[in-house]
Amino acid sequence: MPKLISGAEIVFKALEDQKVEYIFGYPGGAVLPIYDELKNHKSIKHILARHEQGAGHAAEGYARSSGKPGVLLVTSGPGATNAVTALTDAYMDSVPLVCISGQVPTHLIGTDAFQECDTTGITRPCTKHNWLVKDANDLSRVLHLAFEVATTGRPGPVLVDIPKDIQFKKGKYKFIKNSLKKKLNGKATHKLSNKELDKFIELMKKSSKPIFYTGGGVINSGPNASKYLRELVSLTGFPITSTLQGLGSYPGDDPQFLGMLGMHGTFEANNAMHDCDLMINIGARFDDRITGKVDEFSPKSTKIHVDIDPSSIGKNIKVDLAVVSDVSELLKSLIKRFKEKNKNFLNSNKQKTSKWWEQIDKWREKKSLNFINSNKIIKPQHAVQRLYELTKDQDTFITTEVGQHQMWAAQHYKFNKPNRWMTSGGLGTMGYGLPAAIGVQIANPGKLVVDIAGEASVLMTMQEMSTAVQYGLPIKIFILNNEYMGMVRQWQELLHEKNYSESYTAALPDFVKLAESYGCVGIRAKTPDELDEKIKEMINVQKPVIFDCVVDKSENCFPMIPSGKPHNQMILGPEEDEEISDEGKILV
Amino acid sequence: MPKSKSAYSIPGKIGKTERHIIVVWVDNEAGVLARIAGLFSGRGYNIESLAVAEVDKKKHISRITIVTEGTPQVIEQINLQLKKLVPVHKVADFKRGEKDILFRELALFKMLANSKKQEKIKKLCKKFNPVVLDKTKKSFVIQVTALRAEIDKLALDLKRFGLISTSRTGSVAMTKGAKIFN
Repeated sequence: MPKLISGAEIVFKALEDQKVEYIFGYPGGAVLPIYDELKNHKSIKHILARHEQGAGHAAEGYARSSGKPGVLLVTSGPGATNAVTALTDAYMDSVPLVCISGQVPTHLIGTDAFQECDTTGITRPCTKHNWLVKDANDLSRVLHLAFEVATTGRPGPVLVDIPKDIQFKKGKYKFIKNSLKKKLNGKATHKLSNKELDKFIELMKKSSKPIFYTGGGVINSGPNASKYLRELVSLTGFPITSTLQGLGSYPGDDPQFLGMLGMHGTFEANNAMHDCDLMINIGARFDDRITGKVDEFSPKSTKIHVDIDPSSIGKNIKVDLAVVSDVSELLKSLIKRFKEKNKNFLNSNKQKTSKWWEQIDKWREKKSLNFINSNKIIKPQHAVQRLYELTKDQDTFITTEVGQHQMWAAQHYKFNKPNRWMTSGGLGTMGYGLPAAIGVQIANPGKLVVDIAGEASVLMTMQEMSTAVQYGLPIKIFILNNEYMGMVRQWQELLHEKNYSESYTAALPDFVKLAESYGCVGIRAKTPDELDEKIKEMINVQKPVIFDCVVDKSENCFPMIPSGKPHNQMILGPEEDEEISDEGKILV
Repeated sequence: MPKSKSAYSIPGKIGKTERHIIVVWVDNEAGVLARIAGLFSGRGYNIESLAVAEVDKKKHISRITIVTEGTPQVIEQINLQLKKLVPVHKVADFKRGEKDILFRELALFKMLANSKKQEKIKKLCKKFNPVVLDKTKKSFVIQVTALRAEIDKLALDLKRFGLISTSRTGSVAMTKGAKIFN
């Protein structure tokens, strides 16, 4: 007869067996038995956030920068509803999270008890799966299954709702080893056949205008996937572009890299996507920010799509060769097969793709990321460029909020390694970056972690600075402060006749004083002359820093694919507008 | 060219829709129907009819039959999304009108009718395996099993015979011959 232990103990036993080191959370009435048990488990450290959303994003930052699942512990009712934004964010961006929530005792469920809500009902559409545990003997099985579902197949969030009486009740603990390890969401995985690989290779050999289009799936597949991707790209000599979430899987400063694609991607990446004859999508999902107008998306290309999630294939864009697979596994066998059969591919193919590269170089000459710099006022792009130059020699982790600053960070900060770039892409959650930076710093002590932020976004979760101070996490909040919700203002300028409805924030706090009141360091830069010195000061401070970078209020983020337009009709920027005014204006 | 006021793309052409019958085997656990129904409503798919019951008492497996309509792309998504749900074991998909599949719906009709009328009603229902479940001097409850379109028509015809209440199930499906779904 196995020893009976309380539900709360079972929770910690399961966390220990899953090798969890950190949990991010916030206590409350319905999880108190679990919090009471915390003191008996020294290997698990709890990070107290200031809001459950902050705890959730911190767990996401932890997961994305470490490759391990993030664990979140919240109470019932408002604790759970506050976590919903973070869960949805993790669902959209495929981040493995395990959220444990307290619930009112089983006999009170359904009576509208104090701090009761239908947590499993509310989180059903924003988790891969969730469970309400009504028997302490079920708890260990459910918890281990929860970790398994969160981390296998396409990763994502799960939630385990535990009523308070179950946390007290005694039950059996059993560690069930991951039984579905090689399965996708519990379904058998697809075994790659040589026939499939040969078809893949055949398409690559036939192509004279190929492009790799890679996404977050490469990062999620682990560091090996990035290694293999680099090998395959160099073996083939093909150009490569990446989605927002894929940045870092291929070196950002490599000549074969065309930069990010999509709505604010580079001219060369988007035009290459439009004109290519072979598109090799590895771990990306043809998101609407990427495809633009679906009917006119890359009309002449043969498309290969590699994805671990079968429902991602054919959802938005029809493809010619679908491969359901983990990216690492596919690339490994593809490279092996490729090398066996095509020893001199690179040389024989150079001629075939030389015209394509010439065309790409012509697009590159447009220098679509250029902007008109100023010596009086800090241009936000310039600020990101200087931040990159001054931090590129150390292993730097970047998180962002959502908006113009996020796009400028993606355009101008060059990533060389996977798991160094944490941004809310799918859900586009303002307020993501600051708490995410906390999680990143926890997972990577001693490393430089910078949240490239906007002043509007960062105020949504500013309270988490207090968390950073409590745990001595020297995160740097680099605010590109233009006093506007920049992206909202930009769309209002371009699409709504400059009616800047509610996009200006009056009465912003003094960020330097705000930093001081939290017990961290505040730095302000107002002119381009002082920028470098101030950034260096920020890097050298061993405390959390809020950096108020006062930038041009009216700068827009270019290049841009206007809504409803295909990839080859980008707006490059204001300077172009003056030259080809009439046509350009119609495009705007 | 009209200006788009949206940061989202303009909808493309919508393809031709087809009616499909999707059969799903699920663990019969709390909330499973909400997961299936939520997937349909959350992604904007359509449920025309639904029939659910446990078919394996030991393993607690329920069989759900869903009639839906969508473009081939949407139907494919429904299948793939259903397969991703943790409590779903397998999914079978049939186009309406496929030869090898049997479909049936059941309907109960209550009518206010005297015995003379009742005979006429029975005749009308003759083709659809009629069973009289309840009979009084003034009223009459009859059960029929048929295809949906047939029941639709029958319900219309019965109106003039004093139909006062209709209760119908969703469609259930099964393959012909010795073959089973897999």
